[in-house]
Amino acid sequence: MHNKSVAELSRELESGKISSVELTREFLDRIKAEDSQYNSFITVTEEQAMADAKAADEKRAAGKAEVWTGVPFAHKDIFCTNGATTTAGSKMLANFVPPYDATVTANFRAAGAVCLGKTNMDEFAMGSSNESSFFGPVTNPWGLSNGEKRVPGGSSGGSAAAIAARLTPAATATDTGGSIRQPAALCGITGLKPTYGRVSRFGMIAFASSLDQGGTMARTAEDNALMLNVMAGFDPKDSTSADRAVPDYTATLNEPLKGLRVGLPKEYFSDQLSPAMEQQVRNAVKEYEKLGATVKEVSLPHAKLAIAAYYVIAPAEASANLSRFDGVRYGYRCDDPRDLSDLYTRTRAEGFGGEVKRRILVGTYALSAGYFDAYYLKAQKVRRLIQQDFINAFKDVDVLMSPVSPSPAFVQGEKTNDPVTMYLEDIFTIAVNLAGVPAMSVPAGFVDGLPVGLQVIGNYFEEARLLNVAHQFQQVTDWHQKLPQ
Amino acid sequence: MQWDIVIGLEIHVQLATRTKIFSGSSTAFGAEPNTQASAVDLAMPGTLPVPNEQAFRYAVMFGLAVNAEIGRRSVFDRKNYFYPDLPKGYQTTQLDHPIVGPGFVDIDLADGSSKRVRIHHAHLEEDAGKSLHEDFHGMTGIDLNRAGTPLIEIVTEPDMNSAEEAVAFARKLHSLVSSIGICDGDMSQGSLRFDVNISLKPKGSDELGTRTETKNLNSFRFMEQAIAHEVERQMDILEDGGRIIQETRLYNGDRDESRSMRSKEEANDYRYFPCPDLLPVVIDDAFIESARDLLPELPDERKARFKEQYGLNDYDARLLSDDARMAAFFEETAGHGKDAKLAANWVLGEFSARLNSDDKTVAQAPITGEQLGQLVARIADNTVSSSGAKKVFEALWKGDGDNADAIIEAQGLKQVSDTGALEQMVDEVLAGMPDQVAQYQQETDPKKQKKMLGGFMGPLMKASKGQGNPKLFNEILLKKLSN
Repeated sequence: MHNKSVAELSRELESGKISSVELTREFLDRIKAEDSQYNSFITVTEEQAMADAKAADEKRAAGKAEVWTGVPFAHKDIFCTNGATTTAGSKMLANFVPPYDATVTANFRAAGAVCLGKTNMDEFAMGSSNESSFFGPVTNPWGLSNGEKRVPGGSSGGSAAAIAARLTPAATATDTGGSIRQPAALCGITGLKPTYGRVSRFGMIAFASSLDQGGTMARTAEDNALMLNVMAGFDPKDSTSADRAVPDYTATLNEPLKGLRVGLPKEYFSDQLSPAMEQQVRNAVKEYEKLGATVKEVSLPHAKLAIAAYYVIAPAEASANLSRFDGVRYGYRCDDPRDLSDLYTRTRAEGFGGEVKRRILVGTYALSAGYFDAYYLKAQKVRRLIQQDFINAFKDVDVLMSPVSPSPAFVQGEKTNDPVTMYLEDIFTIAVNLAGVPAMSVPAGFVDGLPVGLQVIGNYFEEARLLNVAHQFQQVTDWHQKLPQ
Repeated sequence: MQWDIVIGLEIHVQLATRTKIFSGSSTAFGAEPNTQASAVDLAMPGTLPVPNEQAFRYAVMFGLAVNAEIGRRSVFDRKNYFYPDLPKGYQTTQLDHPIVGPGFVDIDLADGSSKRVRIHHAHLEEDAGKSLHEDFHGMTGIDLNRAGTPLIEIVTEPDMNSAEEAVAFARKLHSLVSSIGICDGDMSQGSLRFDVNISLKPKGSDELGTRTETKNLNSFRFMEQAIAHEVERQMDILEDGGRIIQETRLYNGDRDESRSMRSKEEANDYRYFPCPDLLPVVIDDAFIESARDLLPELPDERKARFKEQYGLNDYDARLLSDDARMAAFFEETAGHGKDAKLAANWVLGEFSARLNSDDKTVAQAPITGEQLGQLVARIADNTVSSSGAKKVFEALWKGDGDNADAIIEAQGLKQVSDTGALEQMVDEVLAGMPDQVAQYQQETDPKKQKKMLGGFMGPLMKASKGQGNPKLFNEILLKKLSN
């Protein structure tokens, strides 16, 4: 059963071939047996999961089951779960048990899904390799057979690795600069970062508020659609969430792609990209041509400025968002503070890891008197130019296609001492967050036995089209079905 | 050397919304610590602010009441600093796009002149919690009940030049925000808090001196004292050839002392930037008009109407119009009292004096405007003399009877206005005082004559058992004595 998709498992449950209790037990046993290799979970909520599974079976017996009733999945440990530890991958929150649910969490609860546990992640979602987690790095299931411990990407590396390793059929994730798409690509699964505002951020621990967006990860596009059906929608608790109708994202999966206009941003096929990676992406584009799509080159002229703008705006917002972790009300507090200043200094020095501290410092600097105009204000102007690039591009095409990452999964430790090289992992994904448009990562081949992702970028609120475009590709390819050895 | 005093104010006004500016927690004062602090107020991870529409409506009402431009696109910023009673590590406030733009308030001064004080802007922000240093030995307690209470911070131009002007402005502002219902006005609970910026410059100079800011004055008396204290302090320094340091000071009203809190060099770099959790709030015409509809008559409008409608002089009109409750009491009195000027005299005289001596507010007064009005009507129609009326007032106040007519009847205070009877009494009294009559008639100085007239009044009142109408007695006396 653990190789089946959410859609398949839902049908199995409906047919009565298996109960949610049995299914949940199977995944929990797999996590117990195998996750020591991957470290993809921070917390496994076994007791709650079994109770929820039992309740789901009862609901089904009462004839009240829906699509998600009794289907297991996992939450990235950035979504607050009432009564279950929520750490954001940080020592700061290692023992934090929220007394409330994130809206996303509450939605899955209401849908009757069974949460297996909380997946590992880069600390406060800051990282592209899952090596900044206080709970240790996550190992990518791909490459392990060669004895190589490769990164799963980040920051949603735990969710991606757990799905690739068949420890869960689906998992929630978040994407601030590529944190869904890059790990999805590196682990050979399918992920979607929705339009900014499509999914509520309430209860999702903030990294950079204007860029953070909750999204979906599973093996298939169809499963991503099923997840988004649960997650999307206006939330009165998040005033930046979009107050507009939510379609049924599964309804248009089977639309034919004839006449689809695909744009290839020339800036994303640069020399940053290895020829082998480029070849896989171009092969995928050819598949779309076979499906009836027309392809043209387009330009996102300000794309090259995205990383620079992002690494001002995101740290600036983070520097304020993370001020609340001060040892006063909850979370980590240093031992025996001498006075207030000592409490603040040691709590934050001891509670945050190196990458988080680096970004707080960068953000604080960028907002400082005398530097604000040169950094923050300038970066916001660049951000508007980047938004305009996408608006212009979508006048001529329906979707943009590009690689997700410049190279496949790298070996752990390879980039940890060079933050700038690490930041370049997100060179093809970051502009999407600055613009706020939706984008997916779809499995599209292999290089040296490691998965390669195709990025499909859509216009604002066109998640249904992206899911349709990805689903049709998955009807004619089987990259998303490949199993790591 | 002669100095000009230059004063500008910053006033924090707590808005009387039921819930906080960004959460659904109650804003009621005096609850057990931290019982009105939700996950949002505690800045728990992942929580987000949701703006309270009523706070915006109140801010717009304030803007309209001070003749200000309303900021059509209101943006929130984060003001970053660490303090234990500031849960998020930043205060959500407004920097460049406040909800209320430039406006003004006219204040009345004791010499009868009036002065315009310009409002630079007013912005919406959240209040912090409270640090409790007393109750916990060696530790500090944090109460977050107040955290997130909506405030408007009003910033004036440096348009005031004396403690008197600053206090007059502060009182006017207090009366304004209370009467339009956006603030409960309770200064003892910190509903209004004043920061005073003060500088001195050589008399007539165009160049402003270095200013200091004295923070958190929560009574008009302390404010007046603090200004006097700070002016003197600065004057001493300047006259000794010293320089004023730009700094924030704290004033201790009980000791009439102030001390430096922090200098400009020690000031925080607040690293303001737009809050990404809140979209800009667009204030449209419909919202502004709906806020305007909620505005009651403003004190200035009321004052003008009192002068027009009741023929009051400027001074009385101001005293009666500043406070909405006092104004309503006066109007009720005047409505039943037939003579508005007389009603004004009684409300500002006997009634106000009695409130003062009993330490009561208008709302706590034991008599109604209608009761006082009925009494005023009886004074106006000569049923009771003013001295008799004071007795009636006293009886009403103490609850010995609930209407003027009954009390006048019961206490026999009805004036005798029957001219025949009064003439007879005058004749009898004058007959018994021939020397005084002769003296009066020989006197040529009208001033002395007038004084002598008083000498007949005592015996007349005695003869009438205090019930003779003194006005009529006076007329009859004049007539008889001139014969």
